[in-house]
Amino acid sequence: MSAELGHFALILALLIAAVQATLPLIGAQRNMPAWIAIANPTAYVQFFLTTLAFGCLIHVYLISDFSVVNVVQNSHTDKPILYKIAGSWGNHEGSLLLWVFILALFGAAVAAFGRNLPPAFKARVLSVQAMIALGFYAFILLTSNPFERIFPAPLNGQDLNPLLQDPGLAIHPPMLYLGYVGFSIAFSFAIAALIEGRVDAAWARWVRPWTLAAWIFLTGGITLGSWWAYYELGWGGWWFWDPVENASFMPWLAGTALLHSAVVVEKRDTLKGWTVLLAIIAFSMSLLGTFLVRSGVLTSVHAFATDPSRGVFILALLVFVIGGSLALFAWRGPQLKSTGLFQPISREGALLLNNLIMTTALAAVLLGTLYPLFIDVIGGAKISVGAPFFNAVFLPLMVPMIIAMAIGPFMNWKRGDILPALGRLRFTFLFALVAGAAAWSVETDGPFMGVIGIALAAWLGAGVIAEIYERIHLFRAPLSESIRRLGRIPRSTWGMSFAHFGLALAIAGMAGAGGWKVESIQTMKPGETVNVGGYEYTFEGAHEGQGPNYTILFGKFTVRKDGEIFTVMEAEKRNYPVARMPTTEAAIHTTLMGDLYAVIGDAEGDEGAYVTRIYYNPLVVWMWIGCIVMMFGGTLSMTDRRHRVGVPHKRQHASATSDPVSSTS
Amino acid sequence: MNKRLFFIAPLLVFVVMAGYFAVGLTKDPRKLQNMLTGQPVPEFTLAGLQGRDDTGFKSVDLIGDVTLVNVFGSWCVACRVEHPFLMALKQKNLVPIHAIDWREDDKSAGPLWLKKHGDPYTLAGDDPKSKAAISFGVTGAPETFLVDKKGIVRFKHIGPINQQLWQTTLEPLIALLRKESSS
Repeated sequence: MSAELGHFALILALLIAAVQATLPLIGAQRNMPAWIAIANPTAYVQFFLTTLAFGCLIHVYLISDFSVVNVVQNSHTDKPILYKIAGSWGNHEGSLLLWVFILALFGAAVAAFGRNLPPAFKARVLSVQAMIALGFYAFILLTSNPFERIFPAPLNGQDLNPLLQDPGLAIHPPMLYLGYVGFSIAFSFAIAALIEGRVDAAWARWVRPWTLAAWIFLTGGITLGSWWAYYELGWGGWWFWDPVENASFMPWLAGTALLHSAVVVEKRDTLKGWTVLLAIIAFSMSLLGTFLVRSGVLTSVHAFATDPSRGVFILALLVFVIGGSLALFAWRGPQLKSTGLFQPISREGALLLNNLIMTTALAAVLLGTLYPLFIDVIGGAKISVGAPFFNAVFLPLMVPMIIAMAIGPFMNWKRGDILPALGRLRFTFLFALVAGAAAWSVETDGPFMGVIGIALAAWLGAGVIAEIYERIHLFRAPLSESIRRLGRIPRSTWGMSFAHFGLALAIAGMAGAGGWKVESIQTMKPGETVNVGGYEYTFEGAHEGQGPNYTILFGKFTVRKDGEIFTVMEAEKRNYPVARMPTTEAAIHTTLMGDLYAVIGDAEGDEGAYVTRIYYNPLVVWMWIGCIVMMFGGTLSMTDRRHRVGVPHKRQHASATSDPVSSTS
Repeated sequence: MNKRLFFIAPLLVFVVMAGYFAVGLTKDPRKLQNMLTGQPVPEFTLAGLQGRDDTGFKSVDLIGDVTLVNVFGSWCVACRVEHPFLMALKQKNLVPIHAIDWREDDKSAGPLWLKKHGDPYTLAGDDPKSKAAISFGVTGAPETFLVDKKGIVRFKHIGPINQQLWQTTLEPLIALLRKESSS
């Protein structure tokens, strides 16, 4: 029953979306308030129907209705309830429903919270949202229906891939999709602006909180995915430049560039065409990412062939959304007039540099990800593009960017001066040198990139602090004056400082874990001891246990440092009988300086010996903390006063350009 | 003029990309399947992997028994996903699995990877210049070929093989091919 109800709700949602996509848009073009007014209620109804459909899918999973194909393929009665729910979006059809559900959620949010938007503009935005939704409803209903029945119904299901039965990965897709789909708002705002032929400071202010929200969720989603890979895949890595990872990273790069260029539109009334283009690109990358992951075009070409109609539909949708918006951009873009003059040495110049590097990095990642596909089409040799390519291209691009990131906030709008800015950073520079030297002295034949990474992290982190120090005139003005200035710093500026500082922490973590990882693989009998990264691990033997839908092999290690017991670690190897697949659960003991990481492998011989893998991963926790700090920075910026209060456009514009120190980015 | 180009360029880039996607879509991998299956395996002679006893892996090794040839790479995440299933196959001793280590530059990465995660392979060959991978027409790792007693490719699978594929396709097909005579 639920399945039919959900199916029916989806069909209704498609019809409502068709109304929402056309009438308000026509109303806005012809200035008919009654038609414009249709936008809000249709957005709400569409959201209600999609919620109903999504709820129905979760319901058939909860009751294990094995007459639904989707449930059979991805669930099992023995599965814990969390993974029954998560299983509903852990597959192609369900994830598309989740996607369109979040799209409708954002549409309804714009309808509800976009009160300061002019009605005609809002109607256009909601119509564009509905066009995207229309494409997705059609795709789901015609090629990927999650409610399809099967007859006769099997007795039990085939279970969800055990690797995916993990709390981190259960909430990873919704988080990621909130980011992906969140960029649809920036996209719709850009399209509406192109239709109206006008982009101004007010537009930049409207689009900013939505873009920030998407960026925060995407940052969280990527972090969760990376964290999952770190503890679940059991080989101590956290980023593999896998197409699936790249698919989430590309919209992040575009979105980060967009956040920075939108500031220039707001403060200086220039870079308009570029900003609109970035909004289109950010969402295009999200779409591409969704399909790369879901269709498996790249990882395994066969996914297209299993149902060619899906592939054709996907391509048609991409051409319609991306091609259509870029055609509109080519046609209407030249009408966006900028008033601000552009000086390269200035705050906006620094932000443009950020944009250029971000988009270059984006292009490199895109090229590397799609390269196998391009080569395949040309019919050339098969070439795989792996981590070596990405590291060689991406890392060198990040070096100038991080150097510039510390300098940029010291520059004035309009016309900055590079030498005084550098002068204020002299202690930061010294600190970076000391940090790099310290990292080098730990292990003098250590990796070059690791030392550079630590120095860059120190440079950026200290640069952020130096900027706040300068901003509040500490020790140059009376302390009371400094405290008063500190209190007056707008939230968006704090947001920038936190986000940049978070990145500095994350870079330190990446450099530490990438550069000084210690790895040891051996066969251990009970009682044997091995020394890894200054810690002595004694293998205490293995014993068996039982989980809800799997059996467990525990491997116990007692860890000593300088003869004293430091901690006891228990690594797990789980075996899922239904899927007949083992997973590893690494035992991780986190300290500020590094993670102790132990994995138990297969039994070796009869004497209770096991293959064990033990790692010391320096500074890993800094990476996770850094990402959380970045998200916190984004949240601060999002709740800035100017996004909540409808400040008259002219006054804001004048005050923003007159005082470089209190202005924000 | 320059300015116009800025607004039109993104569209042009996208049109080219979409063209590639469209052509890629018409290349139906099932056709690829038909082209390859029924053909003898390409000639190849590969050196063995470091730390393994075998002397290498060459095309004549495939004659006489029904075998799986698995193309893997230590850099390939999907191979890592597939790997436990190959280990399970080996444990049950159902069919010999041979490997082509498709690598970029590091000679020791493949052997180390096998040492870490377990070694499900009977024979394994080192393919440093992707020669064998190319002549097999590999589009991405992992890729698995089912070869009959005469050394003819009878089935090919792109992407990780799993229990489902084993039950529905590989196991019945292997049973069928075993009944064929080898001459």
